[in-house]
Amino acid sequence: MDVLMPQLGETVAEGKITKWFKNAGDSVQAGDNLFEIETDKTSMEVPATFAGTLSAINFHVGEVAKVGAVVAIITGAGEAPLPPAKSAVSVASAAPARPVLATAQAGNGTSLDPWNAVRTPERNFGPARRSDGTASTPLARRLAAERGIDIATVVGTGPHGRVVARDVAGAPDRRSSQVAALTPSAVAAVYDQRTYEEVPLDAMRATIARRLVDAKQTIPHFYLTTEVEIGRLLALRKEVNAATEGPDGPAYRVSLNDFIIKAWAAALMRVPAANAVWAGDRILRFRVADIGVAVAIEGGLITPVIRNAESKTVTGISWEMKDLAERARSKKLKPAEYSGGSSSISNLGMFGVREFAAIVNPPQSTILAVGAGRRAPRETASGRAEFHDVMTVTLSCDHRVVDGAVGAQLLAEFKSIIEHPVSAIA
Amino acid sequence: MSKRALELQPVVGGQNDDIGEAKRLELYRSQIRIRDAEQRAFDLFLQNLVKGTSHLSLGQEAIAAGFGCAMQKGDLSFCTYRGHAHTLARGVSVEKVLGELMQRDNGLMRGKGGSMHLTSEEHGVMGSYAIIGAHLPIACGAAWRAQYRGEKDVSVCFFGDGTTNIGAFHEALNFAAVWKLPVIFVCENNLYMEYTPIGDVTAVEYPAADRAAAYGLPGVVIDGNDADIVYREAIQAFDKARSGDGPSLIECLTYRHGGHSRADPAKYRPEGELELWKQRDPIKVYRERLKQFSVAEARIAQIDAAVRKEVDDATEACKAAGMPPAEILFTDVYADGGWAWRN
Amino acid sequence: MAELTYRDAVARGIAQEMARDKDVVFLGEDVAKAGGVFKATVGLYEQFGPLRVRDAPISEQAILGAAMGAAMTGLKPIAEIMFSDFIAVCFDYIANEFPKSRYMSNGQTKCPLVVRTGNGAGSRFGAQHSQSVENWCMMIPGLKVVAPSNPFDVVGLLAAAVRDPDPVIFFEHKSLYPTKGEVPDGEIVDTLGTAKIVRPGKDATICALALMVPRALEAADKLKTEHGIDCEVVDVRSLVPLDTRTILGSVAKTNRLFTVEENPRLCGWGAEIVSIVADEAFYDLDGPPVRITTPHIPLAAADILEDMALPNAARIAETVTRSLGS
Repeated sequence: MDVLMPQLGETVAEGKITKWFKNAGDSVQAGDNLFEIETDKTSMEVPATFAGTLSAINFHVGEVAKVGAVVAIITGAGEAPLPPAKSAVSVASAAPARPVLATAQAGNGTSLDPWNAVRTPERNFGPARRSDGTASTPLARRLAAERGIDIATVVGTGPHGRVVARDVAGAPDRRSSQVAALTPSAVAAVYDQRTYEEVPLDAMRATIARRLVDAKQTIPHFYLTTEVEIGRLLALRKEVNAATEGPDGPAYRVSLNDFIIKAWAAALMRVPAANAVWAGDRILRFRVADIGVAVAIEGGLITPVIRNAESKTVTGISWEMKDLAERARSKKLKPAEYSGGSSSISNLGMFGVREFAAIVNPPQSTILAVGAGRRAPRETASGRAEFHDVMTVTLSCDHRVVDGAVGAQLLAEFKSIIEHPVSAIA
Repeated sequence: MSKRALELQPVVGGQNDDIGEAKRLELYRSQIRIRDAEQRAFDLFLQNLVKGTSHLSLGQEAIAAGFGCAMQKGDLSFCTYRGHAHTLARGVSVEKVLGELMQRDNGLMRGKGGSMHLTSEEHGVMGSYAIIGAHLPIACGAAWRAQYRGEKDVSVCFFGDGTTNIGAFHEALNFAAVWKLPVIFVCENNLYMEYTPIGDVTAVEYPAADRAAAYGLPGVVIDGNDADIVYREAIQAFDKARSGDGPSLIECLTYRHGGHSRADPAKYRPEGELELWKQRDPIKVYRERLKQFSVAEARIAQIDAAVRKEVDDATEACKAAGMPPAEILFTDVYADGGWAWRN
Repeated sequence: MAELTYRDAVARGIAQEMARDKDVVFLGEDVAKAGGVFKATVGLYEQFGPLRVRDAPISEQAILGAAMGAAMTGLKPIAEIMFSDFIAVCFDYIANEFPKSRYMSNGQTKCPLVVRTGNGAGSRFGAQHSQSVENWCMMIPGLKVVAPSNPFDVVGLLAAAVRDPDPVIFFEHKSLYPTKGEVPDGEIVDTLGTAKIVRPGKDATICALALMVPRALEAADKLKTEHGIDCEVVDVRSLVPLDTRTILGSVAKTNRLFTVEENPRLCGWGAEIVSIVADEAFYDLDGPPVRITTPHIPLAAADILEDMALPNAARIAETVTRSLGS
């Protein structure tokens, strides 16, 4: 039978043997002192609890044994060494697993788990902090999640811009807006009594539909309109075109729009804050002006980009535009030629449109809508009326990038350049 | 060394036999059963099978046996954390007591109370109490109930010499005396308050008996190692309580062979003191007493063997018993059997 | 129906139970012939006699210990501790003996007793006789803890406490003793572990206890008339068992939680309720849960100082307004 190191002291984990009263091979009686142990608190003699022969000593004087270690073995007189008794250590080490317990029944029949008497919610409705630094209350997050609303899109009216429950209650329900959307069959039903040709959506049409809906829904547009005197510009164009006359006719004809492209690029250079695009969590500001120019083509429109328009001559822009427009109409533009750009121009003047507002092309933040040139009366210094050549332009801005004053400044620079074209080269 | 150790009465034989052989055999059996069981607990502790803390009554058996044998059915006992002896003396099985010490599922409280809180309502063991003095007023309450209902049971509470200095002791004695409650207060003076000689911390020589007058009670000191003397004193106290004459305070002088608890080898006791008291070992005293009253050696040996068998069988049963299951962790916090503090 | 003071309701409740069951007995200091220092037990001695209504010496440990011994062996004792501050003197019984006996004995013993005690401030008794200590008992497993706010609840909850087989600590508020309320005739028995919505509302939940209940109601009226804020006031009544269902249901409706506690700040009863709500009902909250408490100081004796310390209707209303309106 094993002689174990006893638990001397409730908070003690080991003991040192300080004396042996018996030697290996001695016979012992129950009650005979075997050895003495010492802990940091006290010392004690340990007697044998049964009779036999002390057949083995595992820890000698000066050695330290952990509580429960087999210090010695006593074999019964005339018996073979017994198998060790089921040691207390192995019995104790069977740590009970936490079982599923009979839960308490609360009055209404819901069970209480004693290990989880307070029931933490299982669903997590997302982080409290939003990317713009504002927060949402737990209730608001839950309501948004339950209604399928993206909480990032909800405006918070609580303290410090926090989104509270009433903000979510007021936000449009994504599901309900989907429900309200017209389905093809619903539309067909509206025109049930009329004849029509069904035109399937090609890639360009589908892209225009998707991108412009997205632009209109997400970009906070505002619009600035001004009237620009184009008398001097028209005269300059005449001069430029006349200079290109050769023996076989004009080498090329520069259009008003080519000047407008150049002037727009120059204006953007003067107002760098407007020469920028929206990149989600930051704004990208450019040092060059890549201008997208809307070109109407069959079945839609496309916006090829004139790169570095601020450093090109008007004639150079003109050549490039002709080439791009021709290839645009024949659908031979490469994607690199109509992507990017820091601003765009759309000119419907050739169709007689006096004034219009265009939709910003994301990720750009500005688009200039150019109307037709016309004659308009002006009051002179002496109070008489004179007719001038004018055109109306409207600048659409993405308020996330371009604020009112910046847009106004951009427009003012453009007006200034158009009305005094020489300043663009001087 | 305390002078009192030398003032003990010598063993007297041939007195008028007011106790009788049957009761004497009962007294002997109770003591040897306590001795054997406590010794076995000590051995099992060395084998790391008795766990946690444990306070043994080796050397103090006569008090538990003397009062236990004087009790009638229905009488209630309250004791301290040194309560194995009192629990066994009321007839609780050795298996249940050892099982509780070994923290097994077959223990008296399935391991939920432990050595210091042995309770067996069916035997009238109304708890073992680990907060010094707490059970004295509780015993008064049980006695108050008997008085109120006109029931004839008596409450007995056992405590050590150290208890006589705590507040609850004084409150309970006064309370019991003023209300004349059927309660017996038994002080087991083993001369040491935990590790300190009781004389070093007490203003009077006999920690219980010298306080009795403060509560209008007679001071009584007896030899706590002679079960006959304890028994006779107990009978008197029970009679007094049952006849409505109120409480008794009895100081029994004794000595513990082991330390305060299992973890205490009691090296603070002076050289020779233990040996002196071992000459007055209650078992030794009572074996001689039985012989003086012509009980045969063989009869004594028969009792010894039967008790040893009970202890051995209990040991085996406990070693084979399983551990308490996790479910009982949450049972019996409240009277409905559960734990729920919320709905 | 009769209008009773809170203190008369105490006597009424004890008398109801003592008349019903001969095993109900009552002990305390100056409770019998004197009818109690707060006159809350007037008439009981005359009605039930010296064997059932007993004066004890100034021995709080003996009073509670004796109550336990009697309860363990068949009686249903009510023990009075005069000032709740004094439970510190006999805390061993409340913390170690009453609530653990059944558990340690593996269900063998029982402890069906009630300790009733005079709790709370407002009587200018100074720091050692004015505390609200129901939270000291709330945190001990195995006890039940009750604190009624009005005479009707006093009778019903005292009756429920006496009939309950577990140890119940019954906190009467000293400043509520003279307050009056309608109490129906006949036997009244309430249910432990139930809270009451004493003022329904939709903008915020205010949980309150004992003296703080009328103050919370006063604040709720003020909030409604002056700020249009409609508060729901919950009289918690029972700390253990705690009626979490009513409280969580209220917060699910109003989405805001306030507690009004007379305890000093740290570990007041509201801390546990806020913890439960912040965990289990996190996604019902539209703003932080706020505790309105006495500051973490002993209570001063002077009336003007004592009144400043405890939450009052103005402070409650101001806190709620600030929290909701920010």
